[in-house]
Amino acid sequence: MGLFNIFRRRKFSSIIQKIFGKKHAKIGIYGPPNVGKTTLANRILRDWTGDIMGSVSEIPHETRRAKWKTNIKIDNGGSSLVMDLVDTPGITTKIDFKEFMNTYGLSKEESRMRAKEATEGVIESIRWLEDIDGVVLVMDATQDPFTQVNVTIIGNLEARDLPILIAANKIDAEDASPATLKSAFPQHPVVPISALTGYNTEKLYNTMVKRFGKKRHKRKRR
Amino acid sequence: MIKKETGISFNLVSRQKLNSFSSVEKLNYILKEVKDGRILVLEQGLTATEQTTLIKHTMKEIDHDTFIGIEMGGYGEEKTSFFQRVFGIIKKPRMTVIGPAHLLKMVHKSNDMIETTIIPGRGAK
Repeated sequence: MGLFNIFRRRKFSSIIQKIFGKKHAKIGIYGPPNVGKTTLANRILRDWTGDIMGSVSEIPHETRRAKWKTNIKIDNGGSSLVMDLVDTPGITTKIDFKEFMNTYGLSKEESRMRAKEATEGVIESIRWLEDIDGVVLVMDATQDPFTQVNVTIIGNLEARDLPILIAANKIDAEDASPATLKSAFPQHPVVPISALTGYNTEKLYNTMVKRFGKKRHKRKRR
Repeated sequence: MIKKETGISFNLVSRQKLNSFSSVEKLNYILKEVKDGRILVLEQGLTATEQTTLIKHTMKEIDHDTFIGIEMGGYGEEKTSFFQRVFGIIKKPRMTVIGPAHLLKMVHKSNDMIETTIIPGRGAK
């Protein structure tokens, strides 16, 4: 679609919104399993509302249903952002129930149930992509960032022209390398954080207000 | 009688064949081939939106005993210039490898190299 067509689709009111900024946005926390999405959601809620989003676990796919909280206000000096925060299940291309049994010691029945629910969770996460205004993409700063899931999520959001903020999580770990993440995705802001300890979350909040406070226009899927 | 080979099928799929499919047909074709135990190298890969849809379809097909999902690796879409965008020229997805997760494992991926390994002892059906 050419720029002329994009411009033609925009209504006058949305152009005004773009100029003056958007103060209420639906923000999704996305990423592969076990990168700390719910830990981050809990950190944001605890810092700004005193609430929490959900339970966390070292076993992947702990969050198997999307959870959300509405009207969370983040202040950043003179400006602020009111958002609905959606904590999504981890997106992956494969789920093997035997991994839950062999690596984490779950029973066969528990493992199969967890795997089945996890597949449904991935589908739900992808469905939520249709309905959000921006994404905090959580990556594990100790892992290789070039996973297909990361690339696919970023490509999908870029195709829709949605703002992305990459949270390079687990920066408190000894082998964390946020520089690798920054060089892998130079087109998006990368904020190194520890959702567990709260390290550098102030910077994350500042960047969220700047990044998500502006109205963007979702493109139709190609 | 010709004895059937029991190796792993590794199919290189041309851009022309992929272009002959609609998006839905392409995803159905890929998923069927991969479920049948074949590893595909697509000359022209999938758009990010197609990849997301493929993941969604894959999740519906996982049965936990015979199919645990897919392994997929591809280069990012080609960047388009300002003038290409003005004239509505869309980004072209690049080469992508897709296979069943019990057979194919992604070792390392960078901007210029996708390194995979085939899990031994798991021949195609």
